[in-house]
Amino acid sequence: MQQFLDTTLGGLVLGAVYAAFALALCLIWRSTRIVNFAQAAMAMVTTYIALSLINADVPYWVAFMAAIAAGFGLGAVIERVIIRPVEGKAELNAVILTLGLFMVLHGLTAITFGVQHRGFPAPVGTSAISVGDTSIGITPFGILTIVVVALVMAGLVVLFRFTDLGLRMRAAAFNGEVSRLLGVRVGRMLTLGWALAAAVGAVAGMLIAGGDLVNPAFMDPFVIYGFIAAVLGGLDSPLGSVIGGLILGLSLSYVTGYVGEHLAPLVALGILMVVLLVRPSGLFAAAAARRV
Amino acid sequence: MERLRSIIRPVASVPLARHLVVALVAFVVAMAVIGSSSQYLQTRYAEMAYFAIAAGGLTLLTGLSGQLSLGHGALMAVGAYAATLVLERTGGETLADVFVALLVAIAVCAVVGVVVGVPAARLHGPYIAGATLTLAVAVPRLANQWEVFGGEQGLQVSVPRATDLPAWIQDLVWFFTAVEIDQYSFLAYLGWLLLAITFVALANLSRSRVGRRWRAVRDDDVSAELAGIHLGRARVVAFTVSAMAAGLAGGLMAMNVRLTAPGAFTITLSLTLLAAVVLGGLGSLTGALIGAGVLAFLPKFATDLGESVGLSATQAAEVTPVVYGLVLMLVILLAPAGIVGSLRTFLARSPLGSTKEKTT
Repeated sequence: MQQFLDTTLGGLVLGAVYAAFALALCLIWRSTRIVNFAQAAMAMVTTYIALSLINADVPYWVAFMAAIAAGFGLGAVIERVIIRPVEGKAELNAVILTLGLFMVLHGLTAITFGVQHRGFPAPVGTSAISVGDTSIGITPFGILTIVVVALVMAGLVVLFRFTDLGLRMRAAAFNGEVSRLLGVRVGRMLTLGWALAAAVGAVAGMLIAGGDLVNPAFMDPFVIYGFIAAVLGGLDSPLGSVIGGLILGLSLSYVTGYVGEHLAPLVALGILMVVLLVRPSGLFAAAAARRV
Repeated sequence: MERLRSIIRPVASVPLARHLVVALVAFVVAMAVIGSSSQYLQTRYAEMAYFAIAAGGLTLLTGLSGQLSLGHGALMAVGAYAATLVLERTGGETLADVFVALLVAIAVCAVVGVVVGVPAARLHGPYIAGATLTLAVAVPRLANQWEVFGGEQGLQVSVPRATDLPAWIQDLVWFFTAVEIDQYSFLAYLGWLLLAITFVALANLSRSRVGRRWRAVRDDDVSAELAGIHLGRARVVAFTVSAMAAGLAGGLMAMNVRLTAPGAFTITLSLTLLAAVVLGGLGSLTGALIGAGVLAFLPKFATDLGESVGLSATQAAEVTPVVYGLVLMLVILLAPAGIVGSLRTFLARSPLGSTKEKTT
């Protein structure tokens, strides 16, 4: 029972991080119909920027904000310079392009910061909380992770549901041509979508790195887990992404805890294939049938 | 002159005959080059051969059938482990052991190709990319799960010593190159022989009815289906053929590296193969060969370049993936048809004679 509780709590924290990643992918998918396979590498870059600031004695939360700002800028620049030429072109081109970007960011970070593992600080404790005599399988940092992801999620809901800007972004994503006729600066909205996504990715990177070791490859598994979580939720729905992330986090946590750590990616692949073949529009998509 | 032409014409007009002649000439040239090369270069040529086999399979899959696979690194891992385990059982002391190991590698990969290809046939674009990328991460990790695969340290691979080879091979190599065969040149000859055979098979397949079906499916799946082509079957066949090539390449890689460990089959390997076929031009076997040459020879060049501008050894090793990534991005942005495709467009005499192909 104790192990089950620990595994579940661990899975929830893991799931929150996957959810943040899936959210970022979902934002980009909504605005440009592109799956950004470079998402994890972009988040890795912003995390390293934060680490350099922290090592230069900048307070943790200032570095956190700097990472978000860096992500915002990086996302905007990448969309404007690299992605714009392939928007609306053959979907294979965009996929290959983001994979190339993944390799470039990966290599450049390794050259700039080195490939060795480095410790990354956390703002709160990272040892399990004790209730009475028994320790339960969640850390203060784990709780912080869940809270931050919930805040990001709520912020995005407010942005898209209740603000004029969010409405314009949704319109630009829904039908670019009509929105342009109605006076929406579609290009800017797409850039903003990428920038927001990269900022969310930067938050996820900080949450993954906190209290752990980082090296240029530390985000690699999230390339696929974020994607699978987003597909579980249907790629189109932010809420679906979050639930998809939680489901994936819990599943992988149980597999790791009870079956074997090295089988986790294979189980993730199984989940992905089942979802794609049985319910291609995702578990929560309201949309009708869609080609995958 | 007229008589010469009358001999050449029938050969040039039958694809199989043309492919065989080209492959034979290429193999003889390759033998001469390998025989007169240093040990270092022989190792590079052997590497180029197995990369070219894998890239040839991938370029057929992506260029002709239109399915992207980022899982070919995983398929190479399957082939490598299959060949390694067979060599472990048989001892790996004779030429027959080598061929048995490679055949088993191909067969195992054919089975895996069907298993992966059936669900993959229903996916497209980013979905198949994500699924195959997951495969690339998941498969090598399995080596850590079961003891038979040797865990993180991997398995040693035994290959025959040059003196154990049949006498006629030793004589033949001596006759052609005037150099005694040794282990390194043996692996290079073997690689290029299998490369020639594979490319003849793939080139014929792509010129045959099967290849035409793949192109039809790639260009317009609805029309293809209306014309009576079974979409799923065409895609699964393409994936299986491609997986078999990857399996052969993996088996050869195991023999060349002499160690099969999960660390060799990273996401980067799969992306590197993709870079090779995108650079050469999707769907072009010549392009795959060029791309494989880049894969075999670029790392040393890029690392030296990195060190010459003052990077440490570990940093300089990262220059290579940066170059591959830049290649992927620049080709897509500037020349989506790749080297061979761009040359073809450039050389095409009239718009009607143009062999330009869509790169979707």
